[in-house]
Amino acid sequence: MKAQLEAIKNQALEALSEVNDLACLDALRVKYLGKKGELTAILKQMGKLTPEERPVIGQLANEVRAAIENVIEETENKLKSEAKKQQLLNETLDVTMPGSKNTIGHRHPLSIVLDEVKEIFIGMGFKIATGPEIEWDYYNFEALNIPEGHPARDTQDTFYITEKMLLRTQTSPCQIRYMENNKPPIRMIAPGRVFRSDPVDATHSPVFHQIEGLVVDKNITMADLKGNLLTLAKKLYGEDTAIRLRPHHFPFTEPSCEIDVSCFRCGGKGCPMCKGEGWIEILGAGMVHPKVLERGGIDPEEYSGFAFGLGVERLAMFRFSVDDMRHYFDNDVRFLEQF
Amino acid sequence: MDLSRKWLLDYVDVSDISDKEFADAMTLSGSKVECYEKEGHGLSNIVVGKILSLEKHPDSDHMWICMVDTGEEEPTQIVTGAQNLSVDDFVPAALDNSVVAGDKKIKKGKLRGVLSCGMLCSVAELGLTLHDFPYAIEDGIFILGDDCQKVPGMDIKEAIGLNDTVTEFEITPNRPDCLSVTGLAREAAVTFGRKLTLPSNEYKTAGGDVRDHLHSVTIEAPDKCYRYAGAVVKNVRIKTSPLWLRERLRASGVRPINNIVDITNFVMLEYGQPMHAFDLRYLDGGKVIVRNAKDGEKITTLDAQERTLTPDMLVIADENKPVAVAGVMGGEFSGIMDDTNAIVFESACFNGPSVRITAKKLGMRTEASARFEKGLDSDGCLTSLKRALQLVEMLDAGDIVEGIIDEYPEPKTQTVLDFCPDWINEFIGIDVSADEQQKILEALDFEVKDGKVYVPSFRLDVEHKADLSEEIARFYGFDKIATHFLTGEADGGFSDEQKFENLMVNTVLSLGFTEICTYSFMSPKAYDKICLPENSPLRNSVVITNPLGEDTSIMRTTSLASMMEILARNYNNRNLAVNLFENATVYTPNGSEQLPSETKMLTLGMYGNCDYFTLKGKVEKILETAGVYEYDVEPVRDNVSYHPGRTAEILVDGKRLALLGEIHPDVLENYSVGTKVYVAEINFDMLYEIKNTLRLYKQLPKYPALTRDLAFVCDRDMPVLRLEKLMKKAAGKNLEHIELFDVYQGGNIAFDKKSVAFSLRLRAADRTLTDEEADSAVKKIIKALSEIGAVLRS
Repeated sequence: MKAQLEAIKNQALEALSEVNDLACLDALRVKYLGKKGELTAILKQMGKLTPEERPVIGQLANEVRAAIENVIEETENKLKSEAKKQQLLNETLDVTMPGSKNTIGHRHPLSIVLDEVKEIFIGMGFKIATGPEIEWDYYNFEALNIPEGHPARDTQDTFYITEKMLLRTQTSPCQIRYMENNKPPIRMIAPGRVFRSDPVDATHSPVFHQIEGLVVDKNITMADLKGNLLTLAKKLYGEDTAIRLRPHHFPFTEPSCEIDVSCFRCGGKGCPMCKGEGWIEILGAGMVHPKVLERGGIDPEEYSGFAFGLGVERLAMFRFSVDDMRHYFDNDVRFLEQF
Repeated sequence: MDLSRKWLLDYVDVSDISDKEFADAMTLSGSKVECYEKEGHGLSNIVVGKILSLEKHPDSDHMWICMVDTGEEEPTQIVTGAQNLSVDDFVPAALDNSVVAGDKKIKKGKLRGVLSCGMLCSVAELGLTLHDFPYAIEDGIFILGDDCQKVPGMDIKEAIGLNDTVTEFEITPNRPDCLSVTGLAREAAVTFGRKLTLPSNEYKTAGGDVRDHLHSVTIEAPDKCYRYAGAVVKNVRIKTSPLWLRERLRASGVRPINNIVDITNFVMLEYGQPMHAFDLRYLDGGKVIVRNAKDGEKITTLDAQERTLTPDMLVIADENKPVAVAGVMGGEFSGIMDDTNAIVFESACFNGPSVRITAKKLGMRTEASARFEKGLDSDGCLTSLKRALQLVEMLDAGDIVEGIIDEYPEPKTQTVLDFCPDWINEFIGIDVSADEQQKILEALDFEVKDGKVYVPSFRLDVEHKADLSEEIARFYGFDKIATHFLTGEADGGFSDEQKFENLMVNTVLSLGFTEICTYSFMSPKAYDKICLPENSPLRNSVVITNPLGEDTSIMRTTSLASMMEILARNYNNRNLAVNLFENATVYTPNGSEQLPSETKMLTLGMYGNCDYFTLKGKVEKILETAGVYEYDVEPVRDNVSYHPGRTAEILVDGKRLALLGEIHPDVLENYSVGTKVYVAEINFDMLYEIKNTLRLYKQLPKYPALTRDLAFVCDRDMPVLRLEKLMKKAAGKNLEHIELFDVYQGGNIAFDKKSVAFSLRLRAADRTLTDEEADSAVKKIIKALSEIGAVLRS
């Protein structure tokens, strides 16, 4: 029996060594270890052995079974892993082929710039106000220290609805509306659409967008104006940006100024972008005219403030190097999808 | 405003300051320089030449060979075709490698075999006209007159005074006083700390009495004419003005004409005060009457146009007729002619807005009206008039009659403000001593005395202490003001509505829509293009009374037309598949006493690779993000812009939240779009009102769910939503979820029927649902549906 067991073991191991698929392996398992397998058959003859032989043969039989089982398991693992490998191989893709198409919309470039500015001001504690696009003459002109017959009315060719109602030419009426409804301290920006009867060309549009800003509190000075707008310039164009204030005139601020930033393309050396000047005008500002504060119901002897305004189209033109304002309103997706 | 540097130097010595330094400093003190340009900057290597000899060209019957002294040791040989030269003439000689006007390069070469080392120039070839040198001729060489420097070899620009620098200023509307050489000279003097010397205006008269010639001046409309001053010059001697005056006019962009006209222009440029000269012959009755025009009254202006006037226009008239539109333009007979003998000089001050409106109505904005409309200093009228008379004397242009008639019904009162240096320091955030502030103000011709500031009459813009602060700040230097950052409490951030708008925009973007930005106004024809019926209330729009054109003449009441416009443009540009959105404002009129309502419409538009359900799916997702789950969907069959069978409205509590569907083929045709287009118009303001973005945690289910799939056969036009609603109602609270997964028509389903299949998920919150319970729910559903003719498909 010992010899028989050895023989089974050898046979089985040899057969297993040649197995190369899982079905054959199963067949061999049944052949050798199954209930009707060869090893079982031999074990059934154990009864014929002497009590001395039994444990010896028994142990040997277990060893043989274990040896066969071991190899079967090893072989099985090997075959399975090979099969998996093969499967993975078969599943190989051309990973360089393009991915499935997804569409995510694109934000309009004017909105991108506007969002950027909003974020900067919110970071500085500002609120965002709005006002009607169709306005009363009072808010657009009168309350802003631009009475009837004032030459500034001429430079802002206005679309009228009635004698007293118009399409606002500036976001500045939001200053008055905000002051009427809010007490100082005030920190707000009011972005929005404005209208002027400028025929369409590369740098003009009868519809465009402005961002108005207003700060009113005790002891606000021009130094605050400078600091605040310097921060804006740095956040928009980088830490190294400098600003320059040039005296100017707006009826609703006094003193008034235009603010240039050091050219963000050449850093101030002079280039075609800044027309060789090293400076680019980006906004108008000034100390809120005491008469305007009064119109807003705020005592100019107690409070002072500064206001500013900037053009969104112009900012976006600089930001994205857009050379023609008409693109913004033509809305060709080949343009919009660049942003 | 173009400023001649030569002219400026007459009043303030800034000769040591370069053009660039001048431009920069003036800009920073408040007079913005647009650019500056040297006169004759395109000309080079042209010198004064003296004709030494003239000889006929051997091979030409009209050309001359000239030997010209150009300041070199040897004379220069130049061939010319001009016929107006004589020996000893001084002429402009463009040498070899020179540039004449029009960027024309001159090189030496042979003319019919004879060497010519340059070219002799006409006035035009120097970029000038006969107005600059009236003694020159058009089609000949410019022979230098005695007003030029006749030095052979001298640069021609130097020799003929074409060597000025012209600085162009952008003057803000509050500073009409700076639309003058003296005004800018004052600014320059303070900017550079120099002394300002204004021209003298003293003159001698030839006696007589002005009233013998100009019998009276009457101001009948003192609301439009604040002052009228007149003087008379007789024995007028019309001639060319001297070179220095012509040069200054030319540099200022004004054409020299003759001494009298030149004087009026010169004084206007120098003081900003428009002047007028009338020929006394044509002033009937020798009277000046400043009055409103009569309705329909006519005048032929200097430009030979007949103008019809209205009573709101101011005219200068004589006894019988208007002779000028006040402040705008003179009449044809008011001009100065060669035989003019006596003139009246007018120096007046008119109401700015009145001049502006008149000029606009008549469509003739002139140099004079542009100045008057900004509001001029009525106190300055006499200074200007006297300066004009002084120039008459200086130029020997006539005999000045003694006396000036000056009608000034209500002399201006001087503006007096408190001098409050501390307030100014505090307001600007600077620390400038009272003395220093006083110095700045005094340099600007303000008077500071006993704690008061007396504002000079020409500074109409200064009426408040804040205005004084600007004067201090700009001459102290804006750049020297410190930089300070806002401190203190701030309560910033987006409002609830702004946050919601951001959320919606981001949702729509992630759904694949690209944002567009369209005009708020449009053409009334756009309503026809979207097939809006004639009686549609949407045609009642806010109308612009003075539009740029019909295309932009009304404020839109619907965002559909704008969206269609952009979709059509993209289609025409061959963009194949396009998804667009805009949160567009529409405007509904509310009469003239109330502002129109402005409503935001979140508008989606798409074509290419999509159908109605693509769009509806996107809209559903938007509503879901807004937390709006409870709504009705109703077919809309009668909106003429949309497909009658493929359009729906979404209703919340019976109010329309959104309209969505396929665009009607007629509309597509109007926009020349050859593909199906889908548009949704969502009332954003309403969506904001009903939104619910508050999210609360709901416990995850503890007990398993049961699913049942059911298919029904029902009428073909039965809305699926109706079935769903009935099923929900019938099944009770254990129906957790219901989803349509198939709609089938044809095959063994009758023609007028369809099969709809739903997947149901049932679950109880507090126990494991039994099969029996699920089946009983299903039975109730089947029963409910059978009542509307939907039969379970076996």
